[in-house]
Amino acid sequence: MNRDEIFERLTPVFHEVFDDDDIVLSDGMSAEDVDEWDSLSHIRLVVAVEEVFSLRFDSSEVVELENVGQFVGLIELKSAG
Amino acid sequence: MALTDLKWLPAPPADFRHLCRNIGDDAGAVVRNLASHALDLNQLTTLAKAINRLRSDGDLGSLTPMRLGVLGNGTTSLFGPALTATAARHGLNLEIVEAPYDQAIQTALDLASELNRAQPDAVLVAFDHRIIATPDDVRDEAESAACVEAALEKVHTIGRGVSVATGATVVYQTLVHPPTHLLGSYDRRMPGTPHTLVDRFNEKLINSIDGTGDILLDAGAIAEMVGLDTWHDITRWHLAKIPFVQTAIPIYADHVARLLAALAGKSRKCLVLDLDNTLWGGVIGDDGLAGIVLGEGDPVGEAFLDIQRTALKLRALGVILAVSSKNEEATARLPFREHPDMLIKESDIAVFQANWSDKATNLESIAGALDIGVDALVLLDDNPVERAQVRAALPQVAVPELPDDPALYSRTLLAAGYFETVSVSAEDLLRADDYTSRAKRIELQGASRDLTSYLASLDMEIVFAPFDETGRNRIAQLINKSNQFNLTTRRYTQNEVAALETDPSIFTLQVRLRDRFGDNGMISVIVCRPGSDDREWEIDTWLMSCRVLGRGVEQAVLAEIVRNANATGCNRLRGLFILSGRNELVKDHYAKLGFAEQDDGSTWLLDTMAFKPADVPMQVVHAGMDLGT
Repeated sequence: MNRDEIFERLTPVFHEVFDDDDIVLSDGMSAEDVDEWDSLSHIRLVVAVEEVFSLRFDSSEVVELENVGQFVGLIELKSAG
Repeated sequence: MALTDLKWLPAPPADFRHLCRNIGDDAGAVVRNLASHALDLNQLTTLAKAINRLRSDGDLGSLTPMRLGVLGNGTTSLFGPALTATAARHGLNLEIVEAPYDQAIQTALDLASELNRAQPDAVLVAFDHRIIATPDDVRDEAESAACVEAALEKVHTIGRGVSVATGATVVYQTLVHPPTHLLGSYDRRMPGTPHTLVDRFNEKLINSIDGTGDILLDAGAIAEMVGLDTWHDITRWHLAKIPFVQTAIPIYADHVARLLAALAGKSRKCLVLDLDNTLWGGVIGDDGLAGIVLGEGDPVGEAFLDIQRTALKLRALGVILAVSSKNEEATARLPFREHPDMLIKESDIAVFQANWSDKATNLESIAGALDIGVDALVLLDDNPVERAQVRAALPQVAVPELPDDPALYSRTLLAAGYFETVSVSAEDLLRADDYTSRAKRIELQGASRDLTSYLASLDMEIVFAPFDETGRNRIAQLINKSNQFNLTTRRYTQNEVAALETDPSIFTLQVRLRDRFGDNGMISVIVCRPGSDDREWEIDTWLMSCRVLGRGVEQAVLAEIVRNANATGCNRLRGLFILSGRNELVKDHYAKLGFAEQDDGSTWLLDTMAFKPADVPMQVVHAGMDLGT
């Protein structure tokens, strides 16, 4: 899966989790930029991403997921394996 | 999808989030309908946001307000919104007040805490196995018992703290077993291992509730249903102290909400059973007493026995049983009277409704006869079209989605927990008998509800084709099997059917029906022969599957026959009705379609040139047909 495909599949996940269809993803987007993105919804986001991409983040990886670019990078890495 | 994903509820609409944002009039009912889908955690969170907004506008009238305090170990904040949205499914407008993270005891004992000041109606004490300390020596009986007592003391202190301060009813939950042993099965023989500690805690907790007004939530059983390996998401515990896997929050929330609804007196009271393919396999009106599938020795027959056993077990606990079936009454009662394997007897049924009216109307009659609300009814019905119709017409009735395999009906019904209760009294146990003896035979409600908009929403597509080799098997089967909706009950062998395909003097029609629930397959068969002169067709055979009754199929079929008759220069149709003893249902078939009676009701004529086709709520498709125009 390339980055464009990942962005395409990730966008509806963000819309669903944060209940906001206007979110347009960019690499640098983080909790600062999305009203609903707090520590609790972050957990929902992680689980939703795991479900959609059929993968599982390790404890150490989740801690590092702070912005969209990091999500995309990690998904790319994990789905390549 | 697993049962633990709320499989008995229909899938949410695609524009669910949009609907949550645009809740207008009658918000309580709209919210309850939205909640009555198989929602995941994100969808529950979205709906909860809408509910909380509407509550502050004072706008949820038809839902019963209730306030729930939540105290536990770990992060309970994820399930607050899930509980609010799920409670709406059960008729509650539920406001959540949480204790701050890891502050359960302090919150409970502080009269001025936010939770106590909120005066909750109920309080959920949601702890898991981590509340029990591990003894230094897991073989030490006294030390292990002390660990269990200390944990019990802690949950009771919290529960009683809030209940003394506020009068709230306390909901205590059983502890969940860990997913693994320490050593193995020997763990169970030592007093201080996690498995044994949980067992002992649970036993003491359950006993401690007797004689109090408190309530038990069997979280241990919910977790086992989900699967312990899945339930214990240790990564997320370490990450954010999430006490169990997030995907199990919807089922957990549903169990909590059922209890709260039961506490508010909202338990369902009556299980309404469909008959054909719900209580037995097959269609009694077509297959007859010998043809329906029920009884030991056949896997399908055993599955239906299982459903009957479940219904009877529920009845023994006070659930009223009723029947609603599209059938002739005498036909529907036959298995109850004469089938040797029927477990449910007529005397178990409080209200028996067998007729051809729509089910929503019948359900209202049943509720009326029992003098209970329609919101106390659960309908078990294998037919997805009936289920959707009842949900649309009477959203207060609980109608579980059922899997295709009847072996799973019983489990699905029970998993939905419609009859959740907080106590079983002696009166409850007598209730079903009581209602059965009291219930009077109700007259059929003449006025069926207006179905036009519902039928339009089915997106039906009717497909007409002449007999052909592909359809031959099924055509012959229908000709030889259909009894109820069959005007002449003329039987033809497969070879005779094949001969009809090529006979130029004969007009044949095989009819299929699709709708948004899927393909109903071939549902009607027509054969017309030359009549008394060359301007007349005689309808030799007209049969139809009863499951598509009341959907305008007869009208569409007649229009199709007339169109073809006129195209060949005919101007008259002759309809025959031959009473077979099983086709009472279609006695007035031709009268309803505008034919003129000729003698004693066995011959009917229609002037096809003057015929005006009725509006039918379906798309008409012609397959493999010379349209003759």
